[in-house]
Amino acid sequence: MSFGREHDLHKRRKGKNLSLGLVLIGFVAIMFGLTVVKVTEGQFAEALAGVSRSE
Amino acid sequence: MPRSESKRLSMSGVSLNKLYADEPEFGDYFALLKPRVMSLVVFTAIAGVLAAPGSVHPFIAFVSIVFIALGGGASGALNMWYDADIDSLMSRTKSRPVPTGKISANAAKEFGIVLSAISVVMLGLASNWLAASLLAFTIFFYVIIYTIWLKRSTPQNIVIGGAAGAFPPIIGWAVVTGNVGFESILMFALIFIWTPPHFWSLALFMKSDYDIAKVPMLTVTNGRRSTRNHIFVYSILLAFVALSIGFSSLSGPIYLVVALILNMQLVFAAFKLWSRSESDCMADNSLLERKFFKFSLLYLFLHFGAIIVEAKTNIVWMTV
Repeated sequence: MSFGREHDLHKRRKGKNLSLGLVLIGFVAIMFGLTVVKVTEGQFAEALAGVSRSE
Repeated sequence: MPRSESKRLSMSGVSLNKLYADEPEFGDYFALLKPRVMSLVVFTAIAGVLAAPGSVHPFIAFVSIVFIALGGGASGALNMWYDADIDSLMSRTKSRPVPTGKISANAAKEFGIVLSAISVVMLGLASNWLAASLLAFTIFFYVIIYTIWLKRSTPQNIVIGGAAGAFPPIIGWAVVTGNVGFESILMFALIFIWTPPHFWSLALFMKSDYDIAKVPMLTVTNGRRSTRNHIFVYSILLAFVALSIGFSSLSGPIYLVVALILNMQLVFAAFKLWSRSESDCMADNSLLERKFFKFSLLYLFLHFGAIIVEAKTNIVWMTV
């Protein structure tokens, strides 16, 4: 029996892969956003210098 | 396409459908995270963040809430790994991904461990390590103390284990302040005391589930009369805690009105549960028990909703 490329199985796998892709894109966006916020708030520089602004 | 895969694809459509029918979908992995419990975690953690004194960048607050929710979900997956045997016996849980065979118990365990690690590390990086430590402790408490130890050994399982579900507002508070404040402990107490009567009312109408699974819920070990007594006593305690919050900085006129109305309803509903006999319960198919269970969900939602409204009102006042 021939097995078309758009079998239900492929659709389900495509859906799963797409969802996982979106989760990964979301994770990258969170990492990027966090980096931007930490750098602009100066916490990153503090962490690198090993001191806090209050010291 | 790998050779083994193409060999499988050459099989008949019927057997292929059968072969892949049980392949887990994305939604099955999502179901492992117990989304309904996660929604409670998100809501109460948001209340903790908003009610805390001080401020945090909105993006950091958002990311923190996401990873607190993920940590809660990870502990749900670990719970489904350990409870796979009893989940398959109870009608309420037998359609979960592990009992249905969509996801193996080991895969659920690995999924839960990886997500726990990611959520704790990411919360630490996003906010602070006190919040991350509290999240790690919450996962430990839910999985080790409640699921593995208490759930199958004592009728007080839900009383002590309920603490795990009560941590999110404390974690949310710690995200903003970097410490654990008295008000966050009050929010913890509200969920902690709310949990037992909520689950005991569920046990009253899921009659045979816990019996079959041999989970020592209060209904199984002490009987239904004793469970009704416990629900009534805990509801009075809960009303006391909820009204105590009315005298803290979390409160204001909106909270006070909401708490007064809801707690009068709660005590009245608990009294009706306490005063009714088992024959009444059988006659109306546990109607009041089901109503009490649903009301308790609304009760918690509205209390934390009022705390959020009060916190937002305070923010508006401070900025005017």
